[in-house]
Amino acid sequence: MNPSPRVARIRIAVVLCVLVLSAGVHAGARTPKKDPATTVAPVVPAADADTMRLDGEQRFRANCGRCHAAPQKFPPRVMATVVRHMRVRATITDQDMRLILFYMTQ
Amino acid sequence: MPASTALFLLVLFAPAQTGAQSSDSERPVPILSGNAGYFTNVAGGQNELNVQFNPVLLVPLGDRWLVETRGEFEGKFQRPPGGGPYGGPVGKHLDYAQVDYIVNPYVTLTAGRFLTPFGIFNERLYPIWIRALQPDPLILPIGTASSDGVMFRGGFAVNARANMNYAAYLSATAIGVGGVESERHAGGRLGFFFPGPRLEIGGSFQKELQGDRKNGFGFHLGWQPPKVPLNLRLEYARSIQGSGYWIEGAYRLSQVSFWQKAMRRTEVVARGQQFFHGAIDPDEAAEYNVPLANTREGDFGINYFLRDGLKGTASYGRQFSSEGNFNLWSFGIAYRFLLPLGRSGVR
Repeated sequence: MNPSPRVARIRIAVVLCVLVLSAGVHAGARTPKKDPATTVAPVVPAADADTMRLDGEQRFRANCGRCHAAPQKFPPRVMATVVRHMRVRATITDQDMRLILFYMTQ
Repeated sequence: MPASTALFLLVLFAPAQTGAQSSDSERPVPILSGNAGYFTNVAGGQNELNVQFNPVLLVPLGDRWLVETRGEFEGKFQRPPGGGPYGGPVGKHLDYAQVDYIVNPYVTLTAGRFLTPFGIFNERLYPIWIRALQPDPLILPIGTASSDGVMFRGGFAVNARANMNYAAYLSATAIGVGGVESERHAGGRLGFFFPGPRLEIGGSFQKELQGDRKNGFGFHLGWQPPKVPLNLRLEYARSIQGSGYWIEGAYRLSQVSFWQKAMRRTEVVARGQQFFHGAIDPDEAAEYNVPLANTREGDFGINYFLRDGLKGTASYGRQFSSEGNFNLWSFGIAYRFLLPLGRSGVR
């Protein structure tokens, strides 16, 4: 028998709470790992940076332009969250995400 | 253990690719984003004032987690028959409330309520500040009720010329469509994106895991020619609720040689679509919000981008079906906002 919508909503809320709590525990206890999702490109030589910026702009136009007009650039910490969100939403590849983040924050 | 299972587990638990550690000034910050809009819609001479507010909360946790949720508040106000002040319901809906865990560059695990990855409109084009035409495609309800369960998804480069993206999910409860009972379904989407020609193609599949165990499937295509500011999209979907397609072209007038300041902010849009009634009775069709009869529709619109995240929009369409032919007008404004909930860093 299917649960009522109210019971289903309570179940969803409980599952989400457990997931959020476990996420918090995980985040608090983590060891310093390398992070593909939050990484802003490291300091690189100027020539390489220019290449990465151009490449990042191309990836930005190819990936982000598939759905919406180009937004303005946001501060780095905001952009890191936006890119992580779009990585999930638009299934952007890890490499594209890194270059887009570099372009949008440099 | 079968080779395919071993390969799946290897990809799932492969260590994440290493990179430079982000500093505090680059660590992601929680964000309150979303969109708001006001539209005047006229369908068959019936006027409707439509107000929408859709907040999106993004909370990154640590290096690999993201909690994201979107609510939908929509007021639809009409004059009662015979005249009088505008009034009507304000709908509230939780579109998604999910936790994402980035397992490695190839796999992200999602749990909670999420947008069902069926086609591209529901997941990527639905927000009012993104969509080129405000009226929904007729086939949007097919396969796109929010899912409650778990999902694996990701994207990676197959070679230098092609990226592959995928999503596979199992939903234990779907209560996204008002009045429809809970159900279990599984499905997925597979797509390929070719960055050179900016061409994306893919397909979606969904299977009910109860009752008649019906299947649904669809195809999608998106193309943005590199040298022309054109965005061409196409979707086809088929299920017991019906089948149909829409094809849409949005052209930014940035290459027009006169009034360039205004023209590069202007986009003209056209969409054609058709819906074929499925094997469900009229009551079910009304519950799923699909047309009650075979329907054709053509829409034309114009968008003017006033500034980043703010656009004015207008469209005209005409719908043809055995239920009656009528005009559809829509005028309005859509705004996307973004507020960091913490120190945002220096640009």
